[in-house]
Amino acid sequence: MVNELEKKISVSPVTRIEGHAQVTILLNGDDSVKEALFKVVDFRGFEKFTEGRPFYEMPSITSRACGICPVSHLLASAKACDAIVGVTPPKTAIMLRRLMHMGQLIQSHALNFFHLSSPDLLLGFDSDPTQRNIFGLIEKQPELALRGIRLRKFGQEIIEKIAGKRIHSSEWILPGGAKWPLTKERADYLRINLPDALESTQETLVMYKKMLDGFEEEVENFGNFPSYYMGLVTADGGLEHYDGTLTIIDNDGKVVAQCVDPTTYRDFIGEAVEPWSFMKFPYFKAVGYPEGAYRVGPLARLNVASHCDTALADQEFKEFKRLGKNGIVQSTFQYHYARLIELLFCLETAKNLLEDPEILSEHVTSKALVNNYEGVGVAEAPRGTLIHHYKVDPQGMITWNNMIIATEHNNIAYNMAVTQVAKKYVKAKQLQEGMLNRVEAVIRAFDPCLSCATHAVGDMPIDVKLIDADGRLVDRKVR
Amino acid sequence: MTTNAKVRVATVWLSGCSGCHMSFLDQDERLFDLAKKMTLVYSPIVDVKEFPENVDVTLVEGAVANEDQFAMLKKVRTRTKLLVSLGDCAVTGNVTALRNSWHHSDQAVLERAYKDLSDLNAVVPTAVPKLLIHARPLHEVVKVDFFIPGCPPHPDLINYVLTELLAGRTPVMEGRSKYG
Repeated sequence: MVNELEKKISVSPVTRIEGHAQVTILLNGDDSVKEALFKVVDFRGFEKFTEGRPFYEMPSITSRACGICPVSHLLASAKACDAIVGVTPPKTAIMLRRLMHMGQLIQSHALNFFHLSSPDLLLGFDSDPTQRNIFGLIEKQPELALRGIRLRKFGQEIIEKIAGKRIHSSEWILPGGAKWPLTKERADYLRINLPDALESTQETLVMYKKMLDGFEEEVENFGNFPSYYMGLVTADGGLEHYDGTLTIIDNDGKVVAQCVDPTTYRDFIGEAVEPWSFMKFPYFKAVGYPEGAYRVGPLARLNVASHCDTALADQEFKEFKRLGKNGIVQSTFQYHYARLIELLFCLETAKNLLEDPEILSEHVTSKALVNNYEGVGVAEAPRGTLIHHYKVDPQGMITWNNMIIATEHNNIAYNMAVTQVAKKYVKAKQLQEGMLNRVEAVIRAFDPCLSCATHAVGDMPIDVKLIDADGRLVDRKVR
Repeated sequence: MTTNAKVRVATVWLSGCSGCHMSFLDQDERLFDLAKKMTLVYSPIVDVKEFPENVDVTLVEGAVANEDQFAMLKKVRTRTKLLVSLGDCAVTGNVTALRNSWHHSDQAVLERAYKDLSDLNAVVPTAVPKLLIHARPLHEVVKVDFFIPGCPPHPDLINYVLTELLAGRTPVMEGRSKYG
């Protein structure tokens, strides 16, 4: 809770993230940082307003939770609908859904790295704030900006070639499968363009690892703490984004829970509310709130997985594992590294899927009516585990809907991370823009998608206020 | 808009999914051409925190769903020459306005999410912007000069409108956009 009499600094809005948020930094009497709160300020209400809609509309409506990872929503939603009709989609439909999801991950990871985070990494945390963005990068490092734009474009093209549209391509997906197959011509286009994307990802990994030497302090202090980690894994423990077993490990890498039947997710995950944020605070139920803080997303997935299952990604994965004790990497800064390794994995997986002749099979649709009155769909969105849970009446009209979004799972961890960075870098007596940008940067490393998380997203001025213990405004900076 | 100076463009994200901003980025390599003609002076992807004065064109995504967004949109209107509704949530309310069919829809959606679907501290957050009773399209709050429909609008359409506006011409939407 924010006590108005306490001294505080607010960063509003947090920019270059996918969402509407503020950070409030609370100060002690001697102006040292006491705590920082990450506050989400928009909300739309999908869980209520989908009530009464036919279940087959759900992929189309819920993909509008997020313009950045709409495909992940389409898939989690379609999987919940598959469960309601009680049908396993044809093999090719599953392959195409997986391929489309690789496009989603490529697009979103490229967006975070190049468009949102690289201005900090390449232009500098303390560089001119008006230039510290993708247009600044276009001017200062055009080749790199072009590489990022093209990589993101390729991810979007995978989605477009399969489903006909880059964003909210909901016409294609159906409960029980998909509406149309992939043509050879479109598959060929993707096959031909894939090697370039793979090469530029490899180049980016080389660049990132060289850059790491310059960011030792940030690696050490950017949300570097123990937590639980959650993600889907394949039957043999490998990296997985579409299906598999939801697994939670502790900070030593020990498996502490496996949710084999997705409908039981609420036995493992609780959701808490704090009155100062629209984003809920999921926690690991066996441990409680807030000690049951866990992380999801690229870093968590690589921590949970035992291997990737593609050659180039597995090479990098081995290096990555060496960065942490027992193979558990706990610095939030390394989400960037994990994201690049996943990019590699997604491109290799897309290549494998495209080379399988079955990807062109025309059997992609199963037909069935409502057979079950409840369905849960789980997928690994770019930012982590995404859960859609629907209940329907015998006519298939939605009576109840719960969605737990990737970004929400990290909420306790965000607050731990912004507090750690604020304590390290924010000097209230000589407040500088770059100090606050680092607080924002740790949030960018997580890559929160608040559009998703509040099943919403915004813009308000950054207004840094220093308020003394008597509530008097002693200093104010607007940028 | 003088011929030599770059046009000052802003983008604003109200209550929407950011898909319209993503479609803006889906202009891909064409962003390089835009960069020659415009400066992005305010946007969720730019670290400027106060909406500046004297903006030439502002694209606004999303419906107006809470009091902060209402105040923000009013401010944007006074500081921008051409205000463009970008995408269906801004143009009609779209998905953001699906809640409007409930009586006191603000309370209905909040209570479902925070009271019914929580395990701990099940209260509706209060130290956050207050939701409006109904989500509104932009033109119910301020005068809008131009509308780009679509969920999201196609990147080619965004590029066409921007290119025309940057050149000081009025875009012709007939045959290029439609409802739904």
